[in-house]
Order: sequence, then structure tokens, then C-alpha cells
Amino acid sequence: MARQKLLEVKNLKQYFPAGRGEVVKAVDGVTFDIYKGETFGLVGESGCGKSTTGRTIIRLYEATDGEVLFNGVNVHGKKSKKELKELNRKMQMIFQDPYASLNPRMTVADIIAEGIDIHGLAKTKEERMQRVYELLETVGLNREHASRYPHEFSGGQRQRIGIARALAVEPEFIIADEPISALDVSIQAQVVNLLKRLQREKGLTYLFIAHDLSMVKYISDRIGVMYFGKMVELAESEELYRNPIHPYTKALLSAIPLPDPETERTRKRIVYDPAQHGYKDGEELEFREITPGHFVLCSEEEYKRYRAMYA
Amino acid sequence: MEKILQVNDLHISFDIHAGEVQAVRGVTFDLYKGETLAIVGESGSGKSVTSKALMRLLPTPPSRIKQGEILFEGKDLTKLSEKEMQSIRGAKISMIFQDPMTSLNPTMTIGKQIMEAILKHQKLSKDEARKRAIELLQLVGIKNAELRMKQYPHQFSGGMRQRVVIAIALACNPKILIADEPTTALDVTIQAQILELMKDIQKKLGMSIIFITHDLGVVANMADRVAVMYAGKIVEIGTVDEIFYNPKHPYTWGLLASMPSLDHKDTELYSIPGSPPDLLNPPKGDAFAPRNPYALKIDYELEPPMFQVSDTHYAATWLLHEMAPKVEPPAIVRERMERFADIVARKGGKPRG
Repeated sequence: MARQKLLEVKNLKQYFPAGRGEVVKAVDGVTFDIYKGETFGLVGESGCGKSTTGRTIIRLYEATDGEVLFNGVNVHGKKSKKELKELNRKMQMIFQDPYASLNPRMTVADIIAEGIDIHGLAKTKEERMQRVYELLETVGLNREHASRYPHEFSGGQRQRIGIARALAVEPEFIIADEPISALDVSIQAQVVNLLKRLQREKGLTYLFIAHDLSMVKYISDRIGVMYFGKMVELAESEELYRNPIHPYTKALLSAIPLPDPETERTRKRIVYDPAQHGYKDGEELEFREITPGHFVLCSEEEYKRYRAMYA
Repeated sequence: MEKILQVNDLHISFDIHAGEVQAVRGVTFDLYKGETLAIVGESGSGKSVTSKALMRLLPTPPSRIKQGEILFEGKDLTKLSEKEMQSIRGAKISMIFQDPMTSLNPTMTIGKQIMEAILKHQKLSKDEARKRAIELLQLVGIKNAELRMKQYPHQFSGGMRQRVVIAIALACNPKILIADEPTTALDVTIQAQILELMKDIQKKLGMSIIFITHDLGVVANMADRVAVMYAGKIVEIGTVDEIFYNPKHPYTWGLLASMPSLDHKDTELYSIPGSPPDLLNPPKGDAFAPRNPYALKIDYELEPPMFQVSDTHYAATWLLHEMAPKVEPPAIVRERMERFADIVARKGGKPRG
């Protein structure tokens, strides 16, 4: 069965004015596809543009240039209220900080049901509450929690509420922006298992943004690595970890400490220096396929070298 | 090895409106000269409270050292006056924190902040202090030190700020450096640099480090010994190899198994069910029992004592009692244990426990 593209990001650019006529190129020409039912991991250091990419995809920012197609429909550009609403229902987001992303003055039931109300997904009050109870149970909380307020919950429980809220409108696609970074190790595993189970049961597609590379590898089918607004490498997650090609990816992977004292004693860290490419002025950098499904941002010359080495 | 610090049966509580939060409930450990001891545990396990107590940085009230002693250079730090403590804090024991921005004063130049630490504890002239400050900046790998002295914290990146904080902490050649999640706010590549820097400086200056973190990768990278804390107690302590390759406490098993390993993609992550106990009303018996799939009946009745596994390895779990049934740890942990004998043999010792 051919894989079906759910999301196509084409040459996406997001520039922010930085004053004095200068611009920050937070996302600078990023292209990738996300297939139906997969988890696409987006990694990179702070400031590399990974969160901005996620937020632009869901139209929290108006893209400077480029296209985002969701089921073949452009997300950006002029849209009627009805079209926007439809898109907003199909794409949902889970945020990093479970403390800041829930309104402290709303009960859990109202937080979760807000989307249900907006999209008119429940006809009666009973039906609405029934949905809330189901959602709470789906994410491993119980119905007694519905009338409580966010401050009564721990970080992991709040993240579950955030997930229930995202699920309430029955989305196809969820952008999870560092959903576990603020949680303790033992709780991280709970949330990751929950996300994986929901994906299996509901056929969800995820864009998983994170800087914790071991967790990203575990959860993702494919991973894109970003550096200074550009995507420098994209491959299936096994492949990326086994055969990183771009020197930045190698540096990033070599910097992650693993919970294994034996390997840590012999760790050799690779340092990335953007000057090491020795690009000439005007040299065209393109995202090129080195081995099937494995793309690297490189010059024509590097492409030949990488092909000779890896293909 | 020479013991530089001894913590004996330390109890710390916070008196709050709702009652007494027993944040630290009997912590005992030694710190040896020149070693790195990692303290791991989740938020609320008492690791930060313990380390702040060593520096007497906890405000009283609401905090209260209920019981226990902290022995350093023949003195019990819990009994010292604030004045006496000031001659130790920052001079003999220093501390660095998670967020380098909030540990620096945004309105003071970096140079002034480093010199402040030097002048406070050492009888040096201003010029000598300035020289020393420049040396310190060079030691922590900051280039153009003379120029950087005149700059303010906002002109530094996160990693550079943490280097400055380390420079300040090292200003008086402390015997002990307490690092409370010093790299949690940093990117992995910057984290790697800071960890290398800390190891490097430790080699040069021979100080002991207490490294507090919840990142087991960082622990494996930095630690000589590891103490695992849960609900205000140390539940397991041992050398880094003993904790990672021969863990005995089910909580340590859970922590190790809940990290995704490189070859277990399709299996579900092992997760510790539930959440940590409320220390306002600590449960009877073993505080971990309600989350412990290996819990025995006695765990709900009686707290387990520390059982000795080897000369350096202790764990507080009834599973080590001679009458306890044999249990199988999670698969990922069993694989680690299979490597233990090898690792010990390679190091020229005999496997124990």
C-alpha cells in the first residue's frame, strides 16, 4: 500500500522582524511530508526553528512564504470561517508547559469541552459530559476529575488533560511541541505510552517536536534534524541514528549522554563547525536524497561524496 | 579514601499551613575527596532540599532541620550560626544552580560579580582579585576574558553564563561543589561542553562534586557513585556500575527501564505507575510500595532497612531479605545485569551480590 501524504510542507519560510529593518529567519525554506498514521520527529537545539515550524503549520503564525498542504488543502492564505474551523478541528496541538497551557480559572470539564462546544460536536449537555468522561478515561484519568481545576493536578496529569483537550474534537493530526520535557522521567514514559496507544487506537498522525533525542527516536518513524532554520537531514529514525550523514547530526548524536556508564567512558564527542563545509560563495545547497528516504542538505560536490560513501 | 563530608540521618521538614511536609526523612551518605556523587530522583524526592541544607540555604521558617548532622571539617554544619556558615558557604562549599540567568545579577558586570566572591573570602587587593577573576574566566574556557569582564550577563549565551556561574563558584577553590541540575536548561551540545568542563576542572583542582540531576544519561557520564532518592530517602546507593548494571531496588529498576533503550523500539516503555506520595502524610511502610509491582506484604507495614549488597552498594528493599521470594526484574534491567559480571571482571575485581 502506498503511503498517503497527510501533510506536505513546501519551502516553508517564517521570518520575524527584528527591528532596524532586520529579519530573523526562524524557518528558512523547510520542505517535508508527513504520512498518514506516522510519527514525524523534529529535533534540533533551542532557536533552530523547530517550534516555529510546528506553530506555522497549524497557522498560529502566518507563513512568510511557502505552502502547507493538509490533505491537499492549503492551510495558509485566505479562508472562510467555515474552512478555518474545519482545519482547526482536524489539527490540534499539545504544548510543552502543562502549567501554562491550561486556563487556571476553568474546570477540567470546560477545558476539555471547549472544542466540543466551538465545533458543536455535542447536542445536549448530557452528551457533552458523556464525551468529557470518555476522554478523561481514555487518557487515564477518571470522571471525578471533571469538576476540578488545573492546580489540583500534577504535571503528568495536566499533560493528560492537555491531550484529552486535543482529542476532544477528534483530530487526524496532532502537533506535540515538547510534550514531555517538563515531566519527570517516570512520568515521561507514562505519557509516551499513552500517545503511542492513542495513535494505534485512533490512527492519529503526530508531529513530535523535541530536543530529547532518545525519546524522539523511540516514538518517531521518521526524524528531521533542524539547524538554524533549515532542515539538514531527514531519514527513518533507525537509519538516522545508525548512519547519520550531515556533520551537524553527527555532532548532535555524539553529544547525548546515554544511561550507560561503559559507553560514556569511551564517548568521543564530535564538534560541528559550520565552516567545515567550505562552501564557496553562490554554491547551491539543496536537500538531496542520498539513499532511499534519507535526505541531506548538501552541495553538489558533497552529494557526490556522500553518494560514494553511503549509497 | 578520605571522607570529606558525612551526612547522618538528616531529617528536614517544612511547616506549612496544612501541616508538616517531611521533605527529607533520614538521609545518610558520605562524600569522598575528589569524587563525584550523583543524587538522582524525581521532583519532590528531596534531592534539592538535601543539597540546599548542606549549604544551609533553606529559610527557617518554614524549613526545619529536625534531626541529624552534617559533618564537614570536624564541625556539624547544622549547629553553626549564620555568621560561621558564611565563612564556609561560597568559600569551602559552593553551589551552582539550574538557571544561569537567575543566578547572576543582571545589573552588575561579570567581572564585578566574580571579584565580589573573591574579595568576600580572601584577603586580596582589588587588582589581585581582578587578575584572579580573569584567570578563572580562562579556566572555564571563556575567551577574551579581559573584555568579557566588563560585560553584563545578557551579553552572554546560556552556556557561557553557566561557565561564569562556575567561575564564581570556583573563586575560592572550594572543597565541595554542589551542582543542582546545572545543565538541565541547556542544549545537548552545550550540556556536553559544560560536563566536560566540570570534569576537567575537577581533575585540576581535586574538589568533590555533588551532582543533582534526574537525567540518567548525565549521571552515567559524570558520576563515580550514585544515590537514588525517593520520597525523602536514599533507597539505593552504590558505584555508578553497581547502580546501572546491578541495581537492586525496584524504583531504580523502574527508572532505568523507563528510559527508551536503543534496541527496544516496538515494546512498550516500562513505566512506573501512579505518582510520588504526598509527604504531608507519608505512607506507612515503604513509600514506594503503592507504585511497586514487586511489593511484598511487609512493604505496606514496615519500612525496609538498608541491606548491604557489597562494600559500596546498599539498597533499602525487602527483596534483599533472605526470606524474600525471588523476583525477575524487567527485561531491560536483566540485560544490564548480564553485563555486570563482565564489566567487573574487566576492571579486575570479583562480581559481588
